[in-house]
Amino acid sequence: MKKYNLDESFIYKFDNEKAIVTKSVNVFYGDHQSIFNVNLAFPRFSITALIGSSGSGKSTFLRSLNRMNDSIANVDGNIMYRDVDINDKKVNVYEVRKQIGMVFQRPNPFAKTIRDNITFALKKHGIKDKEELNERVESSLKEAALWDEVKDKLDKSALSLSGGQAQRLCIARTIAMKPDILLLDEPASALDPISTAKIEETLKNLKSKYTIIIVTHNMQQASRVSDYTAFFHSGHVLEFDKTAKIFTTPKIQATEDYISGNFG
Amino acid sequence: MNPKTTNKIAIGLIYTFVAIVVAILISLIGYILVTGVPHISWHFLTSKSQSFLSGGGIRDQLFNSIYLLFLTLCLSFPIALGSGIYLAEYAPKNWITEVIRTTIEVLSSLPSVVVGLFCYLLFVVQMHIGFSILSGAIALTFFNLPLLTRNIENSLRSVSHLQREAGLSLGLSQWKTITGIILPAAVPGIITGIILSAGRVFGEAAALIYTAGQSASIIDYTNWNIFSSSSFLNPMRPAETLAVHIWKVNSEGITPDANLVSSGSSAVLIILILLFNLLAHWIGNRLYRKMTSNF
Ligand SMILES: Nc1ncnc2c1ncn2[C@@H]1O[C@H](COP(=O)(O)OP(=O)(O)O)[C@@H](O)[C@H]1O
Ligand SMILES: [Mg+2]
Repeated sequence: MKKYNLDESFIYKFDNEKAIVTKSVNVFYGDHQSIFNVNLAFPRFSITALIGSSGSGKSTFLRSLNRMNDSIANVDGNIMYRDVDINDKKVNVYEVRKQIGMVFQRPNPFAKTIRDNITFALKKHGIKDKEELNERVESSLKEAALWDEVKDKLDKSALSLSGGQAQRLCIARTIAMKPDILLLDEPASALDPISTAKIEETLKNLKSKYTIIIVTHNMQQASRVSDYTAFFHSGHVLEFDKTAKIFTTPKIQATEDYISGNFG
Repeated sequence: MNPKTTNKIAIGLIYTFVAIVVAILISLIGYILVTGVPHISWHFLTSKSQSFLSGGGIRDQLFNSIYLLFLTLCLSFPIALGSGIYLAEYAPKNWITEVIRTTIEVLSSLPSVVVGLFCYLLFVVQMHIGFSILSGAIALTFFNLPLLTRNIENSLRSVSHLQREAGLSLGLSQWKTITGIILPAAVPGIITGIILSAGRVFGEAAALIYTAGQSASIIDYTNWNIFSSSSFLNPMRPAETLAVHIWKVNSEGITPDANLVSSGSSAVLIILILLFNLLAHWIGNRLYRKMTSNF
């Protein structure tokens, strides 16, 4: 693998309103440091892609943003969300995760009905009203572009869905919580091209209401769906800019090598 | 030898071993059923046992076995569920947890006579509980706990890690994730554990001789007052179970039909275990479907 200068980076500062800002974030698995001093500001109502080779720390960083690394890794630094440092141990993590939802690489619907997959967490968060629950089921499934396919079998097991449908159900389940930010960790990597295209369509429709941060190892995907792109390498963010800029005129050698396939 | 022949030989051997196991099982169960079933009659199932005359039944022993299982599960299941959840979900990975696990392992391999005598001395004699279903249930809880705890822990562990992440990422606490998502998904495995431990309870004799006793006291099936000494529900009365009855009839039975009673009882015991298996599976499936709507 080629050696790149990890101190040389290009992080563009945008003037847009920010959804979430990380300040000097370092992440450690025990003694092993996996994320080094990441300072990123994610613009609101847009899609930011996190790209980089496998093991570069994309998932680790993403999971830090809604405290999914609690009890797995040590996250240092500040993560500012609505003027609150949500990395503070005193912050209510359950509230954080309601505001900042996450969808994982492998579809993980619960072994419950399609409806219950969506309402289960809502009920546990205190929503008891039937109308309200039904409304959330319908609107979230519509937003996730799954409604037409499942509206007649809401009370069937979610395990009967195809991989792509299951993943869109997971997206629906997350947006039914009415979050602010949506984190997706390679949400389409386990899916076929048609399902992938559907997920990408869904994401584009969602960005008018949510701030989306998506990890992907698929560069075409990043260029298709995202407005901004951050390039990760060995736990460092080497470049952050508009996606169009990253893919046409990258400022850093490593980024250029990565997107042109001359990496490593 | 080429890989094909090796493969053939291996498969042949495996089939042979499976056939041996199945043959032993079928001949055992077959023998017991063939010799015992002819003696099973309504009269045999519904009349009380005889000490000297022929024509005795197993009504009380049959009921005692079932009641003992019920009490044992009431005692052991909640404790096992709690410790299983703790070990699978909360226990830190350190030497204390390992010591706990090892202790459970040791507990499950204690000889039943030893546990029986221990319970006899502690509960029957020291604590003056006397020979009773309760003492028997406590003794059986000693066997049951390790088995059930291990089983519940493993069933919970075998539920995918992704399910836990899904729950947590929706802002649910670990507890709500476990009780609402993980536990329902683990029901089938837990049912299997209950069935295994039930077999043990039905079949145990040695430990019960010293705890539940060997006498079939006079009990009244119309007396529902659990505190009355003649009530069939009274857990403080001595109670001979089917397995103990079989042992007793075989070792010191002096009724003319002792052999028949013993064969009949054995067949009933086997059928009882099979029925319990089916019932538990059926309930487990219903429960699993209800909780997960997975059909
Ligand atoms: N649970 C974990 N425990 C220890 N090390 C981990 C864990 N998860 C990831 N790592 C390490 O952190 C680094 C970054 O991994 P990850 O964030 O999964 O990268 P990516 O998502 O970009 O492929 C890797 O070196 C990986 O070995
Ligand atoms: Mg990853």
